This record gives sequence, C-alpha cells and structure tokens, in this order.
Amino acid sequence: MNEIIQIVLFIAALIALTPILGRFMAKVFMNERHLLKLVLGWLERLIYRLCGIDSSEETNWKVYLSGLFVFNFIGFLVVFLLQMLQAYLPLNPEHLPNAAWHLSFNTAVSFMTNTNWQSYAGETTFGYLVQMLGLTVQNFVSAATGIAVLVALMRGLTRKTTENLGNFWVDLTRSVVYVLLPLAIIFSVILVGQGVVQTFSPYTHVTTLQKTQQVIPLGPAASQIAIKQLGTNGGGFFNANSAHPFENPTPFSNFLEMLTILLIPAALTFTYGRFAGSNRQGWTVFIVMFILFAAGLGLSLYSEYGHNAVLHVAGNMEGKETRFGVANSVLWSVATTDASNGSVNAMHDSLSPLSGMVAIFNLMLGEVIFGGVGAGLYGMVVFIILTVFIAGLMVGRTPEYLGKKVEAFEVKMAILAILVPSLVIKLFSAWACTSSYGLAGLNNAGPHGLSEILYAFSSAAGNNGSAFAGLSANTVFYNITLGLGMLIGRFGVIIPVMAIAGNMASKKITPVSSGTFRTDNWLFVLLLIGVILIVGGLTFFPALALGPIMEHFLMNSGITF
Amino acid sequence: MKKQIIIALKVLLVMTVLTGIVYPLLVTGIAQTCFHRQANGSLITKNGVIIGSELIGQKFDSTRYFWSRPSATDYNPLPSGGSNFGPTSKTLKKLVDSRRSVFADKNRIKDTDSIPAEMIFASASGLDPHISPQAAMIQVDRIAENRNFTARQKQELVKIIRDMSEKPQFSLLGEARINVLMLNLELDNIR
Repeated sequence: MNEIIQIVLFIAALIALTPILGRFMAKVFMNERHLLKLVLGWLERLIYRLCGIDSSEETNWKVYLSGLFVFNFIGFLVVFLLQMLQAYLPLNPEHLPNAAWHLSFNTAVSFMTNTNWQSYAGETTFGYLVQMLGLTVQNFVSAATGIAVLVALMRGLTRKTTENLGNFWVDLTRSVVYVLLPLAIIFSVILVGQGVVQTFSPYTHVTTLQKTQQVIPLGPAASQIAIKQLGTNGGGFFNANSAHPFENPTPFSNFLEMLTILLIPAALTFTYGRFAGSNRQGWTVFIVMFILFAAGLGLSLYSEYGHNAVLHVAGNMEGKETRFGVANSVLWSVATTDASNGSVNAMHDSLSPLSGMVAIFNLMLGEVIFGGVGAGLYGMVVFIILTVFIAGLMVGRTPEYLGKKVEAFEVKMAILAILVPSLVIKLFSAWACTSSYGLAGLNNAGPHGLSEILYAFSSAAGNNGSAFAGLSANTVFYNITLGLGMLIGRFGVIIPVMAIAGNMASKKITPVSSGTFRTDNWLFVLLLIGVILIVGGLTFFPALALGPIMEHFLMNSGITF
Repeated sequence: MKKQIIIALKVLLVMTVLTGIVYPLLVTGIAQTCFHRQANGSLITKNGVIIGSELIGQKFDSTRYFWSRPSATDYNPLPSGGSNFGPTSKTLKKLVDSRRSVFADKNRIKDTDSIPAEMIFASASGLDPHISPQAAMIQVDRIAENRNFTARQKQELVKIIRDMSEKPQFSLLGEARINVLMLNLELDNIR
C-alpha cells in the first residue's frame, strides 16, 4: 500500500511541476522577460562579453551544428587529457594514477555525449580535479547541448520561410545560467542536508567496531550528483552510483533524485507546446511518454514482486538497498532508463528477468520516453514525423505537422536517426557475442550473459549510461566499441535532427483546415505509440526473446547457469 | 570556422570556471556552513576516536553483534558495488542457500522463510548501513546468549531496537530500517 502511495506521489509531483518549469523554460528560450533574468542577467551578458558572442546574431543549421561540433570536440579533448594527466595535477589527495588511454577515451566520449557510462569506479579512479573540471563541467554543457538542439528544432518547426534557427552559444549559455545552474545549486544543498558529502578533505581512515580497517571515501560529491540527476547524465561520483549511501543517503534524497531524473525532460514537453503555440501539442507528447512509462513500470513491478523459483523468494533484495526496498528500486530503474539518465539506486544486473527487459527495451526505443534533456524530445519528434508520414500514406494526403509539409527529405532523415543507433546495438552486440574478448567480460552465463552485452550497447547507443554492471567493460575492446557506440548514437541522431530543423524552417506554414490531420488528439497518441513500438521495438524482439524472455521461463523452471 | 573555434575555446573556459570551480566551491561553502557534519561524511566518534560513518555500513559477523547485510565488497568502500549476479545465477543460488542455512543455524530459526530477504542478499552498494527492524529482532536471542545477558538486559535490548528503528521517512518514503552500526554501539553500552 505504502508503495502505491509513493509511486502516485512521484507521478503527481512530476505532472504538477511540468507546466511550471516548462513555462519558465519557454520564456528563457523565447527570450521573454522572466524573474531570473533580473537576478542573473548580468552573468549571461558577462559570458557573451568574455567570449565575444553577438547574442542578436542568428545562424542557419549548418553553422549552428558546426559550433556544437567544435565545442563538443574541445570538451572531449579536455576531459581526455585531464584523466591522462591527473597524477601531475593538483586536488588529487589520494594520489590516484593516470587513467589508461582507452578508459580516458571512453569516459571523455561518455561525458561529452551525455551518456556517462561508468567503465571507471569514481572513488578509486578519479581525483577531485577530474571530477570537478572534467566530469561536472561536461554534466552541465552536454545537457545544455541537448537542450540547444531541441530549441533549434522547435524553432525550425514553428518559424516560417527562414534559414535562422537561433544561436548555439546563446542557447547553451541560457540553458546553463537560467535552468541548470540555479536548480543544481538548490538541489545540491538539499542533498548535503540529507547526508551527501561535499568536502575537499582526503579519505578518512578508521578502525571499525570489529577492529578492522576501513577507508571512507569523501569528495565534492553533492555538487556533481545534483547536476548528474538534473542533466540526465548519470555518471556516479562513487562506483555504486546512487545506491551508495554518500550519494543517496535517505528515502527523501532518493525521491528527489528520482524526480529530477524526469523533471527537465518532462517539462520540455510543455515548453514544446508553448513553441508550437498550442499547449495541447505539448501535452499530447507528454501523454505518449507517460503511457509508455506507466506500462513499463507496471510490468517491471509485476515481475520484481513475482516469485523467483531459483532463489525461492519473492521481491528479491540482491543488489538493492534496505532504505529503498523493492518499489523504489524498480521505480528508479524504469525512470532512469526512460530518461537517458543512467544513474542507478539498485544493481540492474540483479533485477528479475522481465524488469531487466523493461530497462533494456526502454534503452532500445532510442530514449524517447521522456529521454535525455532535449535529446528525448527531439528523438520523439523523429517518431512523430514518421507517424505523420505513415498516417498520410493511410489517408492519401501529403503529411503535415504543425502546418508544415513533411516531405521525402524529412522522412529520410527521420529513418536515418532511428536506424543508425539500432545498427550500433545489433552489430556491436553481435561482434561481442562472437568474440573471445567480448565474452571474456561476462559475469553471468546463459541468457543473462546475452542480456549483459545487449544492455551495454543499448545503453551506449541510447546515451543512457546505466549497465548490467557485471560486465567487465574496462577493457580495450569494450571501452573503444562502447565509446564509438556513444558517438554514433549521439551524433547519428543530432545531425539528421538539425537537418530536419533547417529544412522545416525554410517552409511555409499552411493554415489549419478541416482536411488537416490532427496531431493533438487521442487517435494520434495511439498511432504514435504504435509506431514507436513497431518501428523502434520490433527490431529487437528476437534478441530480447533469446535474452530476458528466455531467462524468465527458465527461471520459472528453476534452471540455473 | 576559425571564429567558431575561438568562441568554443572561450565558452568552454568560462563554463569550466563557472560550473567546474565557482559552482562546487559555492556549494561547498554553503554545505560546510549549514550542514558541517553531513558534508564531512556523518562521522561518529567513540572515546574521541573516529570509528566510522553513520552512513557507511561495517562488517559485523561476530556472534556478539547484530549482523549487517551480506556485502559483495565485504564492506570495503574502495570501490563500492554489488555482486551483479543475475536471477538465474548458480553462484548466487549457492551463496543464498548457504547464507540462509548459516543465518537459520546461528540464530536458531526453524522456518527459513521467516528470514528477512536483506539478510541473505547482498546490497547494491556493498555498504548498506541498514537492516529491517525484524532482522534485528530475530538476532536478539543469539546476542543475549553470547553476552550472557540477564532477562532485564535482554528487555533493554529489545527496547533499544524499538527506539532506534526508523519509520519510512515522513511516515511515507522508503522502508522501515535500523542502522546496524549505531545499534551495535548502543549494544556495547548495555551494562
């Protein structure tokens, strides 16, 4: 009973905050007057002056994209070098050595692409400087990059006969200054109040009550955890991520950390409605995401509370924390895989087969159920374009969306954005399954082993970052292939999306007539869900049948591996 | 393009100062002022010596103490983590079966189904500081026996468990639990 109340409370808070934050973000990105502009306007203007940005200048999609590329590439280099050189740099009180080149590559790509996959173990790999200057900074700017792409797309869909999509540097700055930074400051202070550490002291050595030695790791954790949740990043300060008592000490910190996973992606649907000039358009997208979220949550709860015939227990606690229990662990696992967050408060590898499958399936759909900040919604727009196109074929009219004609170019780009990440998952997983160095990383045998590999590449391609963490991924093979998977999964979607934005912006807007196919009603909700499940999901059904589904049936027969 | 590169370098530099230096320092300043104890790891001292953190579980396997949960890292925080064994893992099955029989044996429990799940399954962090209040209660007989407690002392122990058990936060969030290290510290104080 208490479990149901907690879940309802979570959902109610999410729905209540969506229009509040969504309306605010619309004001920020439409450059209207808002309260924070009075307080922080000087900071925004200071950044423009220091960097030589002309905030009134707008660019076409190619210039916008080239700025994004250059900025991301330099960010990658900095994080890469910080790890390779950390032994020579200050603020490394534990004297941790330089990271290996392949691990540095993987982590730098991972944080630059908003994936935040953990091949590293925070407390034993990175000193405080890398965590702050490398990881925390990318947590902010990779999230801001995702929001910027979405904002450009929203402008492209709603402006008419123009080339201009806005200014990448301005959108990036506004995301950080008005949205991410204020929320992160408030949130990190609350987290410290609950017990999350925030200090620059070295680790504490203690002799425990039973007279053994224990080293207690510390660090500036709260400031990183706040943004890791808000920016759908998910890379932990500590290895156990938000299962670690110093990252997530209480049920209240857990509730807030779960809420902040979905907060910005959900609110952006409302922002989207404001840009489209119709709140209904925004809520339609929200409802589609919400239905897919709720369906996954339902199946996952059912499976996790079910009886495990191997271990003779229902509601297995392996890889779960006492203070969260089963319900909060399942709720988090669904939220974090829906959004491309990837932080965890329980070990997904130890989830029951169908709960694990829900998590993998969420990743495979391309992270469109709320999804990453910005990234989730622009991924959803790709599916919307496809749905409008298919609906157009069915009724025999030229498809339109928000008054714009959807033509061959947009549909090709949309298909590209869906196919490319799917290819990464299938090809790289096949490679890992058929090579000795791929199989060497497995922690579990049988169908669960396949699930570990599938999960890893789905997580990389979807820029999620969570894992079936038994897989030993800190090897040259996995660090490189997963790194490539993240790059392709990120830019294989961003490039077509920006092309769509640019092309749509140049089109005329046709006024709504009785012949217009409506995209803000229940029929469209159903169609869109159908297209997501069929196009995004069916691709992977055979692989899922061999992994988690088979494991489910074998488990019920009491078979072990 | 050259203009873009120069702007990108400057923006990254400014963002690094803002979000990588100013932001963590600001938060550290507020945290150290307002929540000094929590910000430094909620450390606990006994006779003036730091013996651990309230939030980081410790290994307890002595028959004289309340046991903490099984841990995949044996309560070594460097690094933290779970076992990552899946639901059809043979290794996990063996571990769980042996933990179940050891727990039942040492605590003289006949019905093994009554053992709370957290006592036979390893936590996610390997550092879980809590167990459920029931899991503490069923260890009372064993501890009382090993410490040669009188009836009065045993009653006092039960009362301590009741007092130290935490309800779900705000009577709503999370699960009922008890902090094993704090409980064992109180246990040592029973005279």
